[in-house]
Formats: sequence, C-alpha cells, structure tokens
Amino acid sequence: MMPMTAIVALAVLTYGFRLAGPLLRGRVTVPVAAERLFADAATVLLIALAATSALTAGHGFAGWARPAGVLVAGVLAARRAPFPVVVVAAAGVTALLRLAGVS
Amino acid sequence: MRILWRTASPALLRDVGLVCLADGIVAVSFGATCVGGGLAWWVPVALSVLVFAGGSQIAAVGVVLAGGSPVAAVLAGAVLNTRLVPYGFAVADVVGPAGPADTGGSAVAIVRRWLARMLGPHVITDESVAFTLRQDSPERRRSAFWACGVSLFVFWNVAVLLGVVLGSAMRNTNAFGLDATFPAVMLALALPTLTSRPTRIAAGTGAVIAVALTPVLPAGLPLLAALGGLATRWNGWRDRDGWHPRGPWGDRGRSGGGPAGPQPARDDGDAADPKELSAGGKR
Repeated sequence: MMPMTAIVALAVLTYGFRLAGPLLRGRVTVPVAAERLFADAATVLLIALAATSALTAGHGFAGWARPAGVLVAGVLAARRAPFPVVVVAAAGVTALLRLAGVS
Repeated sequence: MRILWRTASPALLRDVGLVCLADGIVAVSFGATCVGGGLAWWVPVALSVLVFAGGSQIAAVGVVLAGGSPVAAVLAGAVLNTRLVPYGFAVADVVGPAGPADTGGSAVAIVRRWLARMLGPHVITDESVAFTLRQDSPERRRSAFWACGVSLFVFWNVAVLLGVVLGSAMRNTNAFGLDATFPAVMLALALPTLTSRPTRIAAGTGAVIAVALTPVLPAGLPLLAALGGLATRWNGWRDRDGWHPRGPWGDRGRSGGGPAGPQPARDDGDAADPKELSAGGKR
C-alpha cells in the first residue's frame, strides 16, 4: 500500500533536496564529508535493495529465475553495456527461464 | 523555450534522445510492475510526476511491494535522493530564469520567471546534471539543462503511463520477467559508484545484512538496517583518493567530472552547514 500522503512526503523531501542548491548558492557549501556519506549511503542502499529484491520475495527465497536474470544484467552493466540492453536482458533471461520451467 | 532548442546542438539533442529512450524502457517497466504488483494505477503516475527521480521511485515501490510500510518506503527513497543536494549546487547557475534576476517587465514575463525558478529544480536529475556539466559555455549549459530536463520529464511520465496501461493488460507481469528489472536497474545504477574498496566493503556488508534479516524482520526494515554497512567505512571518508562522484545513467562517465564534480578544493572553514547536511559529517 502506498498512500498519497507518502507520495507527497517523498515529493516534498525530494524537491527540498533539489531546491537547496539554487536557493543557497554562494552562501553555503556542502561539506565534503557529508557529500561522501550521502553518496556511500545511496550506494549501500542501492546494492542492498538490488540484493534483497533479486533474491527474496516476501520473507523467503524468490526462486532461481529472477536472480539469474539480475546476475546476467549485472555482468552486462559491469561491462558497460547500454542501459536498455541491461534492463531488457534482465527481463528476457528471467522470462525465458520461467518459460523453460525454472521458477 | 524556442531559444533553448535553437542553441542546443543536434549532437546534444541526439544524446538526450538516446537517454530518454533508455529511461523510457525503465519507466514502462516501472509502470507495469507497479500495477502488476497490485498498486493502484495512480501510484506510479503520481510518483513520476511529483517525485520524478527514477531510482527513488523504484526503491519506494520496491519496499512497498515487498510488504514494507510507507514510512520505510519514503525513507529509502529520500536517502537515495540526498545526492540531489550536491547536484543542485553544481547546476545552480542554470536552474531558474535566464538574465538578471529582477528586470521588471510585463506580468507575463514575471510569471514566466517564477515558473522557471520553481520548475527548474524539479528537473534536476542524474542525466540533466551530467549533460549540463559537459558543456563549455554558460549559454550551452543552460540549454543542455533545460533540453534534457524537460524532455526527460515528458518522456518519463508518458512512458510510465504506457507501462501502467500495458501492465493492466498483461495480468501476469512476472511471466515477462519484469520483476527482474527493478534489481537490475538498482545494480546498474550502483556499479559505477563502487570505485573504492571501502565503498565496496560497505555495500557488500549492507547487502548481506539486508538479505540475512529479510526472513525475520518486517519488510522495509532490513533495507534500512543495511545502512549499518556504512560502519565499516567509519574512517574511510577522509582518504580523498579512490572516491568518485556518482556517474549518470547511460554514460557511466567518470570523464569530464561527474555531476558532483564542480565542487573542488574549497576551504569550508566558515561555511554554515545546514542541519541535515552536517548530520553525517564528523569533524
């Protein structure tokens, strides 16, 4: 469930992050340490989210098809394949595996 | 707006078009996965119009679809979007109206200036910032920012809508492997940022924490617990080498300085830190 209030809350926070620079330009700088912490926090979240959403469904294992598709996509991304290729490969491999009976 | 398209070079417009296409595929998949997962059609649409930040939209919906609370979803999305703060500083000169700030003019001109000032920040994205920073003249920076920002906003939202329609028609989006696109997008976004060893260790630790806790904690919490992986990085922010700003989608670019690039050597001895910025900074 995703109520409208949650969407608006995320929208307001996000707009605030975007507005800070144009509004405070010349008066404030972002401390380098904070910038790094934010960058690393985002990376940690992205990887954790990739891992959990690839491997788990609910509280259990998601089955083999999805992580296999994500793995192929990850290899392609690491080899700097174009973004659309990465996304289509993930869906394609997973769909084909399921077609072949692998859940 | 017409001026903008005239000053934008054909090469720039072509590159912007390619990025729009790439993001469009993600957006279609986002819309389809949302309705496929049982969310109302307006959820992906409202997120795309109001939040307009792909990674955080996918993260927030990912948390919710896994059964997490809306609060956890908002938190996850917001943490991902903190990177927009340095972006905003990087492109502050081209966001907002052209020309001197208060040159009177007709009521129409004033309204347009305010519109630009309010809408400009909303189209700050990985992509528009990357395009902007690659230009050499102020005029080109401005047209690159607006051309990419506005095109992407239109493409992204139309594509999400298309995804919603397709997803509603498909019934079972899992048969098409669409559930694999979310983690794939997250991975593709994160890989270019795993440039230093401490960051890799923090991310790896976070992933292990999150996966290990998923069976036992309510959905959404394992993801936030993953931030504990940052503890491994405790001493790491000081070494300046090996850290690179996040690359944009599509061009993995570390060339030409990433979006966070134009904040080089500075002495922020007397800089006033806004509260939320200094929260993580340690002296």
